[in-house]
Amino acid sequence: MSIRDTQFCASAVSVTGLRKAYGDVTVLDGVDLDVPPGSVFALLGANGAGKTTMVRILSTLTPPDAGTVHVAGHDLRCDPQGVRRKISLTGQYAAVDDLLTGEENLRLMARLSHLGRAEGKRRARELLEQFDLVDARTRRAGTYSGGMTRRLDLAMSLISRPDIIFLDEPTTGLDPRSRQSMWEMIRRLVDGGVTIFLTTQYLEEADRLADRVAVLDGGRVVAEGTPDELKRLVPGGHLELTFTRPSELHDVAQAFDDAVLDADRLAVQVPTDGSIGQLKTLLGRIDDQSVTVDKLSLHSPDLDDVFFALTDNSNASPIRNEAAAR
Amino acid sequence: MIPNTQSRPLDDFAAMTGRSLTRLLRSPDTMIMGVALPVMLLLLFVYVFGGAMQTATGYLDYVVPGIILLCAGFGSSQTAVSVTGDMVHGIVDRFRSMPIARSAFLFGHVASSVIRNLLTSLVVIGVAMIMGFGPTAGPIQWLAALAIVALFILAISWLATALGLLAGTEEAANGFTFFLLFLPYVSSAFVPTDTMPSWLHAFAENQPVTPVIETVRGLLLGTPVDDTALIAVLWCVGIACAGYLWAITLFTRRAAR
Repeated sequence: MSIRDTQFCASAVSVTGLRKAYGDVTVLDGVDLDVPPGSVFALLGANGAGKTTMVRILSTLTPPDAGTVHVAGHDLRCDPQGVRRKISLTGQYAAVDDLLTGEENLRLMARLSHLGRAEGKRRARELLEQFDLVDARTRRAGTYSGGMTRRLDLAMSLISRPDIIFLDEPTTGLDPRSRQSMWEMIRRLVDGGVTIFLTTQYLEEADRLADRVAVLDGGRVVAEGTPDELKRLVPGGHLELTFTRPSELHDVAQAFDDAVLDADRLAVQVPTDGSIGQLKTLLGRIDDQSVTVDKLSLHSPDLDDVFFALTDNSNASPIRNEAAAR
Repeated sequence: MIPNTQSRPLDDFAAMTGRSLTRLLRSPDTMIMGVALPVMLLLLFVYVFGGAMQTATGYLDYVVPGIILLCAGFGSSQTAVSVTGDMVHGIVDRFRSMPIARSAFLFGHVASSVIRNLLTSLVVIGVAMIMGFGPTAGPIQWLAALAIVALFILAISWLATALGLLAGTEEAANGFTFFLLFLPYVSSAFVPTDTMPSWLHAFAENQPVTPVIETVRGLLLGTPVDDTALIAVLWCVGIACAGYLWAITLFTRRAAR
């Protein structure tokens, strides 16, 4: 027991050498991960990268082929019920009962979590308030909007006060406002001390929410670190200037040694670290050229750049080339 | 397995059954399949076909057991569809990631299916009584007849649950249960089997629905039951066990994906 407790203190989820194949198709090819407790961990990957398989394995739904997995200090193979008592799963497709009302859905979860009648009722009310579903509590979940359904789904996951919450693409298909409110709710959960393991194909989501990000590609983790660490893996940001006349383009390009020219679009990209001081100097020098800038935009490196840089160098590109060659 | 001190399989089973029953009550199918259909089938068979039928007793008395089994077939197809719905719409993943008894999900579906189909059977009997159904059975025979009906319903509920797990879509689940609806027609449910061609007669006499019908009819109308009761019970227990084992196997195999 003491060993387990130590592991729990050390990490909420620890994965070593995880493999999973469906027939000939290898989905996870030796994944190592470590998620500290009380943090938000984002698993980033394109469709089909193995994100959902990863979550299904960690939440005890799918047995792995090989590897060691500890979730909340419990060994996944030896003690799946122990894992289940500490986690909750909110899958990619909202797992709510469409014929039950919002409140009934929560009460069912409370009953299955053996909370007891009074406590179950109290907890359901609490979550209805927390997730802004009080007015909709007597309506069937089938009549809810996409955003409301996701909120109910998440609320149902929280009934038993799990230590670790798995969220498989929590905002896929949501409109921008619902996405923002989902992010807000996830942040509040983290403030409450739970560990969140989420998968996403949106880099912005990982950037906004996660303490650590792992990029999954071709069944392997191709990069892992804080969002800032990952951004440092790719070249810095730049200032892009667009002109109306080619002559102006060349004038400016000559003034900056490190400028990158795009003659077709009459655009020039000047590298910058994005600081106000440097931008001021840059703009001053452009102004000295007495040219008319048609459009100006500042591009700072984001996880998109990281994602494309990382996944282009791995097995994603040969597949793409093969497909193109056919 | 490390002992789960918090596990309460009976509570989980009750919660799942309650959920399934609530779903049934709120599904528009239930009123149509569970109430309107039995009434329409009774009216159809008695007043449309009944006049042309030559049976020893009045046709209403003859046909009631068959209508009960036919309605149970329709009911079980609804069970299969709802099992498939839970499997494909992700809620089963939520249940499976919770520390609850694994089989509670299947037992809940079967229990609600049995309750629903027994209620439909009572609707059939009630409407038949209004139409003039006059069984001669005493309380013991009534109980025995209902017990046979309940056993048959249990058997096809497990079978339907397995078919629901096998089907990948709700439409497929509906299709898979088609033969459950078809079997009563090729039995002694609506016409005596001796009017059928000999090859069909042989099938009709040796398929599970005929002994169940004959037993229920015998108990209610006081005609001889003989060993058909034993054959009916064996069929039902056999189908129930096979359906149960098949369902558990399919559910576990699905879990491994």
